Amino acid sequence: MTTEQAILNGIAVFLTLCIFSFLYRDNPFYKFAERLVAGIATGYWTMLLYHTNFTDKVLTPIFVRGQLHYIIPALLGVLMWTRFSKKYAWLSRYSIAFYIGISSGVTITVTLYTFLFKQLQATIGMPITADYAGFNTFLIVLAVVSALVYFFFSLPHKGAVGTVSRIGIYVIMIGFGAGFGMTVMGRIALLVQRVIFINDYVRGLVAFIGGS
Amino acid sequence: MSFLEKMMLIDRRWIYLSIGLAVIIPVVVSFEVPVSVSPEVRKIYDFVESLNAGDYLFIAVDYDPSSMAELNPMAEAVLNQAFAKNLKVIIVTLAQFGPGMVEDLTTRLASAHNRVRGEDYVFLGYRPYPAITIMLMGINFRVPFPVDHYSVPLDSMPMMRDVRNFSDVKAVIDFTAGNTADFWITYGVGRFDFPLAIGITGVMAADYYQYLQSGQIFGIIPGVKGAAEYEELVGFPGKGKEQMAYQVIAHSVIIAFILISNIAYFATRKQKQQLGGGR
Repeated sequence: MTTEQAILNGIAVFLTLCIFSFLYRDNPFYKFAERLVAGIATGYWTMLLYHTNFTDKVLTPIFVRGQLHYIIPALLGVLMWTRFSKKYAWLSRYSIAFYIGISSGVTITVTLYTFLFKQLQATIGMPITADYAGFNTFLIVLAVVSALVYFFFSLPHKGAVGTVSRIGIYVIMIGFGAGFGMTVMGRIALLVQRVIFINDYVRGLVAFIGGS
Repeated sequence: MSFLEKMMLIDRRWIYLSIGLAVIIPVVVSFEVPVSVSPEVRKIYDFVESLNAGDYLFIAVDYDPSSMAELNPMAEAVLNQAFAKNLKVIIVTLAQFGPGMVEDLTTRLASAHNRVRGEDYVFLGYRPYPAITIMLMGINFRVPFPVDHYSVPLDSMPMMRDVRNFSDVKAVIDFTAGNTADFWITYGVGRFDFPLAIGITGVMAADYYQYLQSGQIFGIIPGVKGAAEYEELVGFPGKGKEQMAYQVIAHSVIIAFILISNIAYFATRKQKQQLGGGR
């Protein structure tokens, strides 16, 4: 560990402990660390967007490369700012219409294909055979149908519909349970990573002090 | 007040303290947890393993420091495998804080494998608006990224001369902590139909298995457990496997709390019912 690492990682350890202190109660150390993160993130992202968007897509093409057609999208972007004026707010509708028109045209087809057709195809197209894979297929079809029936409110959930709906709620709960379990693992991973980091830092610092 | 009634009213800070103390145990007493590899993780490993030296692999590092605990180990394991197999790696990030993640990974791993930027790997950089960026890359990587992250023109790099778009790479592997995976599936696979695998956080895992079943992705590395599995396959003991000991201890404590609180809930409910006050 170098002196620079000892100082910088020391700050990181201190900020980590500041954030963890919130688990006990809200306090000035937590507030300081929270605002520091928010401030740095905002400043970093603002400049990143300026350099990756405004410089690359507006300044350089128009003023350096002389590609004057870039003025059109730049002008549409500027029109968005007319939202702040009551008198000229209507101009922003051109930008919004252009944006929504293109987004809809691009998005609708691929979204339907990806989230509906491919998923339906995968569910309908599976053969139910007399083996483990076939049983798995049966479970998937049963789970999809019963979960859909649970959210179908045009029929009273009684009799056969009620039974299928009941299976549906179990399917949904199993789904939530799987999600919860994985979420716990993810949150523990965040804690563990910090514990490992602090442990590595303390060991490194002890070795650094002992060696110097 | 009985023990069970006390457990129903336990201050949440005792639970935090218990978990905090529990995850310190592996620091003091280190032990290894055996990791069994799931098929969805093995598929990605086998795919990368089947590639020849010089083949192109596209890696998207779409996460930031808040999720690096889960995603960094898996990205590291896959990059280790790719560099060890001498694959040409094209890296992009669609997360605003991603450039720092990529630079950390490439700086460490490229030097460990003696890989050279521009010859063995390239970091295209970051662009906002994932859907637009993915679609433009599908036309040509040079449209959204005429120069790489370090302002070097792509055409000046030896490894990028014959590479145009996704049709020139063998697969895309996306490590993501947000809905960027949706963009890759929708605008990437949906429009350009390339093989896609994803490495995702544990929170997201349950939502993405249907894409595996439908064949829209060919593999998933779910959370830190998936990362540990990949490290096991690569033979690279990284942070994923290291975390599993901590996970086991922490999960044991959580399960104990769940059991105790459930027993306490049903026992106290029964008592209330007997007294005529329960529901």
